[in-house]
Amino acid sequence: MTAKCAIEITVNEKRYDGLVEPRMSLADFLRDQLGLTGTHLGCEQGVCGSCTVLFNGETVRSCLLLAVQANGETILTIEGLAARGKAGELLHPLQQGFLETVGFQCGFCTPGVLMTAYELLNENASPSEDEIRERLSGNLCRCTGYQNIVAGVLWAAEHLRAQSDR
Amino acid sequence: MLPLLNLRLAKPKILVDLNGISSLAGIREAPECISIGAMTRQSTIERSLLVREGCPILAEAMRHIGHVAIRHRGTLGGSLVHADPAAELPAVALALDAKFEVARKGIDRVIPAEQFFTDYLTTALEPDEILRQIDFPVLSPSSGYALEEIARRHGDFAIAGVVAVVDLDDAGKIAEARIALFGVAPTPVRSRKAERALIGQEPDDNALRDAAVLVQDVLDPPADIRASSGYRKHAAAILTARALRRAVQLCRTRRIP
Repeated sequence: MTAKCAIEITVNEKRYDGLVEPRMSLADFLRDQLGLTGTHLGCEQGVCGSCTVLFNGETVRSCLLLAVQANGETILTIEGLAARGKAGELLHPLQQGFLETVGFQCGFCTPGVLMTAYELLNENASPSEDEIRERLSGNLCRCTGYQNIVAGVLWAAEHLRAQSDR
Repeated sequence: MLPLLNLRLAKPKILVDLNGISSLAGIREAPECISIGAMTRQSTIERSLLVREGCPILAEAMRHIGHVAIRHRGTLGGSLVHADPAAELPAVALALDAKFEVARKGIDRVIPAEQFFTDYLTTALEPDEILRQIDFPVLSPSSGYALEEIARRHGDFAIAGVVAVVDLDDAGKIAEARIALFGVAPTPVRSRKAERALIGQEPDDNALRDAAVLVQDVLDPPADIRASSGYRKHAAAILTARALRRAVQLCRTRRIP
């Protein structure tokens, strides 16, 4: 058996130390060692987008990264998203938006969709429907048909703009 | 690499992560070319002003690769050495005659793009060599360029695709043409015959269409679940004509001072 590696990762602004086999994926580390099971594993080959998290502020597939590659780096998962919203609010506007517009059904793809949309809204506060669709083309949803997902992102964009205007 | 591991298609005993070697990443301006480190992220190249100005076809090609989350991690070198015949970047490198700087312990050598892609998922790299950087020639400011492809979804590997770069002379005739196709043979392929046929031509729709048909001579398209061999061959000519038209149009706009 391969020797384990000590790693130190900041996840959702909290520092974690771990001892992992080099072959362990970041997704497995988040789920199995840290218990952050909000990051979902669908295809485990980078196609479905369910496991999308932010790695130093950029979206990545956590199934396509090894936990050892995240040593010393900063990760944001779905569990940390609410804290990036308005202080005192239970949910991030993206999460609230998906509730308002019924942007999810089974919910399996939702964490990855929200992380992808979070990056988009950070870059572009007023994305068009086409821009949202193109950005989300790497996140597969088998339930919704995407209409309400797009509506949820638009809802969030509007509310985030209103918040920053105030 | 990681999908291959996850699917257990590759079971390496030792895996070396090159991410720690910072000198393998970066975009530098060199005489008449842009040198890009093999470990430079696709999204970095996509956003680079240097690339957008000097080699815009490369930046344009990035937008066709997977999705943003893929391009944040995917590297130029990774895509080139993987040598998927349906990938965009190998075809761009081939169309532009990019130079591949490879290194092994103590010995460096340069492989021209034309000799780099040897077969399906296979390159001229020796087992103990790594790709260090790729030199892309700077396009003339008046060059027209286009990438056209057919894919089931945006970001998927192409069923068939083509990269075209065109330059016009002062009389508006074609002075230079570069055509590289992907998804239609075991490696990306140049069509020298179609390129030669274009030189000196008035770039009207008929001339472009006639030349585009010639690309079929070098093709040996695979048949798979997504398309038959015949479909790919047909699509290659249509896409080439489309790319040439767009490249010529762009060239005309860019030539107006």
